[in-house]
Amino acid sequence: MVLHGDTAGQKLVRKLLSGNEAVAQGAWAAGVRVAAGYPGTPGTEILEHFAAMPGVYAEWSPNEQVALNVAIGAAYAGSRSMAVMKQVGLNVAADALFYAAATGLAAGLVLVVADDPGMHSSQDEQDSRRYARFARVPCLEPSDSQTARDLVQVALAVSEQFDVPVMLRTTTRIAHAHSVVTFDEAPRREPRTELPSYQIDIAKYALAPAHARIRRGVVEERMARLADFADTFAGNVIEPGEAELGIVANGVAYQYAREILPRASFLKLGMTYPLPRRLVARFAAQVRRLLVIEEQDSFIEEELRLLGIACEGKSIFPLIGELSPAAVLESAVRAGLLPPTSRPTRAATQRLAPPLRPPALCPGCPHRGIFVITNKLKLVVNGDIGCYGLGLMPPLSAVHTCGCMGASIGVAHGVAKAGVQERNVAVIGDSTFFHSGIPALLNVAYNKSNTITIIMDNGTTAMTGHQPHSGTGRTLQQVTTSATPLEPLVRALGIEHVYTVDPYALPEVEQALNDCLALDEPAVIISQRGCALLPEARRRYLPLRVDAAQCVACGVCLRVGCPALFNSNEVCELNQRPRVAIDPLLCTGCEICAQVCPVGAILFREQLAAAPQDEPQR
Amino acid sequence: MSANFLLVGVGGQGILVAADLVALAGLELGLDVKKSEIHGIAQRGGSVSSQVRWGQRVYSPLILPGEVDYLLAFERLEALRHLELLRPGAIVLCNDYRLAPASVTAGTEVYPTAAQEQEAYAGIRRHYLPALRIAQELGSAQVSNVVLLGALSTFMEVPEQVWQRAIALRVPERLVALNQQAFAVGRAYLALNQESASGQPLVMTAGALSPTPQAVAGTS
Repeated sequence: MVLHGDTAGQKLVRKLLSGNEAVAQGAWAAGVRVAAGYPGTPGTEILEHFAAMPGVYAEWSPNEQVALNVAIGAAYAGSRSMAVMKQVGLNVAADALFYAAATGLAAGLVLVVADDPGMHSSQDEQDSRRYARFARVPCLEPSDSQTARDLVQVALAVSEQFDVPVMLRTTTRIAHAHSVVTFDEAPRREPRTELPSYQIDIAKYALAPAHARIRRGVVEERMARLADFADTFAGNVIEPGEAELGIVANGVAYQYAREILPRASFLKLGMTYPLPRRLVARFAAQVRRLLVIEEQDSFIEEELRLLGIACEGKSIFPLIGELSPAAVLESAVRAGLLPPTSRPTRAATQRLAPPLRPPALCPGCPHRGIFVITNKLKLVVNGDIGCYGLGLMPPLSAVHTCGCMGASIGVAHGVAKAGVQERNVAVIGDSTFFHSGIPALLNVAYNKSNTITIIMDNGTTAMTGHQPHSGTGRTLQQVTTSATPLEPLVRALGIEHVYTVDPYALPEVEQALNDCLALDEPAVIISQRGCALLPEARRRYLPLRVDAAQCVACGVCLRVGCPALFNSNEVCELNQRPRVAIDPLLCTGCEICAQVCPVGAILFREQLAAAPQDEPQR
Repeated sequence: MSANFLLVGVGGQGILVAADLVALAGLELGLDVKKSEIHGIAQRGGSVSSQVRWGQRVYSPLILPGEVDYLLAFERLEALRHLELLRPGAIVLCNDYRLAPASVTAGTEVYPTAAQEQEAYAGIRRHYLPALRIAQELGSAQVSNVVLLGALSTFMEVPEQVWQRAIALRVPERLVALNQQAFAVGRAYLALNQESASGQPLVMTAGALSPTPQAVAGTS
């Protein structure tokens, strides 16, 4: 999709890039050579794109705090670096952000945080700009892919000029939106010829209280200089329009506002912390009514109020969820900024409300086998962050708590310590266990509760799109490495009773759980079966069939919640209910439904050849 | 030229690739282009949608309700979900394929009947296409997305070569020929059947894989 040729020694290209690709491109062009992160929607693809670029080191760290420390270390050593995470990942990395803000660095460090307003794929809606102010680091915010690419490069320059980590905050509609980027594809920086060298500076980098007190003053003095810089920064720009209405906007909210209120004057902020004080005051003086349109918190609005500038923001525009052109239009009409008929919106009355289609565990998902048995044994299950969280959806409704990465084991332990007699189970994925489950399981062993922990080892970080991790034997950059085995690790943490099961073998799962329930001690079940979407699993796909003559339409198989099962148009004469059939395009042949069928009507793999072949009828 | 495209369906149907092709075609035409979609948890068997906008200057990556010009639907129920976003005069092109959501399978909800669909589409130009069957006849169910796109292209004054170039840019090399063929077949199919597409579905059932509404709803 290269559309421009060479011009004047440059290699200008015009490409359609996602915000995530643009960040990766910009980081590479700015000379970032070390990057670390943990997968998290909507920012995952940044590191995947970056890892494929020449001459770089990129890693998936076990968690976000490790990742940020890795990036800090590289920057201490004089190499430009990048850490990438989603908004809730920054909670995990927060400790590191605060000390790095105090120490500063020897080379540029950009912390890319992808926020998820509207919680498409998160448990919480957090505005990461609060962390920028909290830790006292500058915050840059792109409004499309072009500015994402450009601002990463600014971030690294600012980081070095002011000796401070710089946050680049994106949101879903920046990260996963594609827009046109024009750039010089010729590399700005030659591959590194000299290796960086580490310069010892104890007073700067070792934050003993005596040093930390000195650095505390440096931080505040630096903020004052950054505020002056913000006033001169070209990414904060006034776009003059009618004087009646002035709009301060950032990120994708700027795009929505431009589209809905095209005649207003705009102050577009590429840097939202610290604010350009003089520029904002000048803009406010030019317009009769000042609005702030920003997604998520009233961050800019509060800063303006602190500067004594009167403005309106969240009194008009929504605080909760994603903004959209529709939300901006509706709010603007309600506030009298636009006449009600300014856009050809269709009547809001929907003529039909079709059934919803929420996400579900995939056909062949190994997690299903665990939940079928925890339901059968009527166990309370504490969930964690990953695909297995979808076990909370009906008809399984098998997961009863789900809070944050690593929460499951600690919560189950707490329930047990409260004296509840019913046994609680924790379920946690392999990647999540490496991320933050290990200390929690160590606690179960050390402080002794009869918590049963099931590690759902599907051999990948599935939810975010199959990223490798410490247990997979492969790195982000496709290097073969050690695969940390779960069973010895769990035993080393102090767990004596460890069972490894295949979740497709339901009797095996039930036996292991019953064995754990018979004990009054910590126990771990490692459920081992690759994600059904992995290529090696796909090669095993073999759709099962229902022997319609045997199906009694009891509906037991439908309770496993597999999308491949459906009610056929054939009615069972016993109860006048529809018999079940299997969609051959969806079925993987995992045999979980076949094992729960009380009359053996669902044929197992080995029965298929012998049984007569009917076309499945929907 | 400006146009707003909404592509909807179920995770795994190739919606995001189809949206990439629409976006690349816009870029090939020298237009400003924006595209937006949701990744992550929503893709696990849930509803998936992607929006593409073409224009001289496009600000918002999201389309205002009431301003969708082309709805490309990969599943019949998913099409119904988005009808209120259409601009008057918009075109709906729908894969003649039904996939029951979990609530329908579980019997707690009912898949819309043909009569309900008919009512929902009152006053809307719609065309059904057995894209999955056509794709399977071409040798791969996975190209049904490009079959649909080929059919969509008949409603736009964009040279076929622009679309074919977009395919060549986006699709893995070994699959370019198959996808370009799928596009041409989809385009020809709709052109041939234009006159019969008077608001009535062209094909009510497209073989075993496209269930009748009665079967999915579990009622008659």
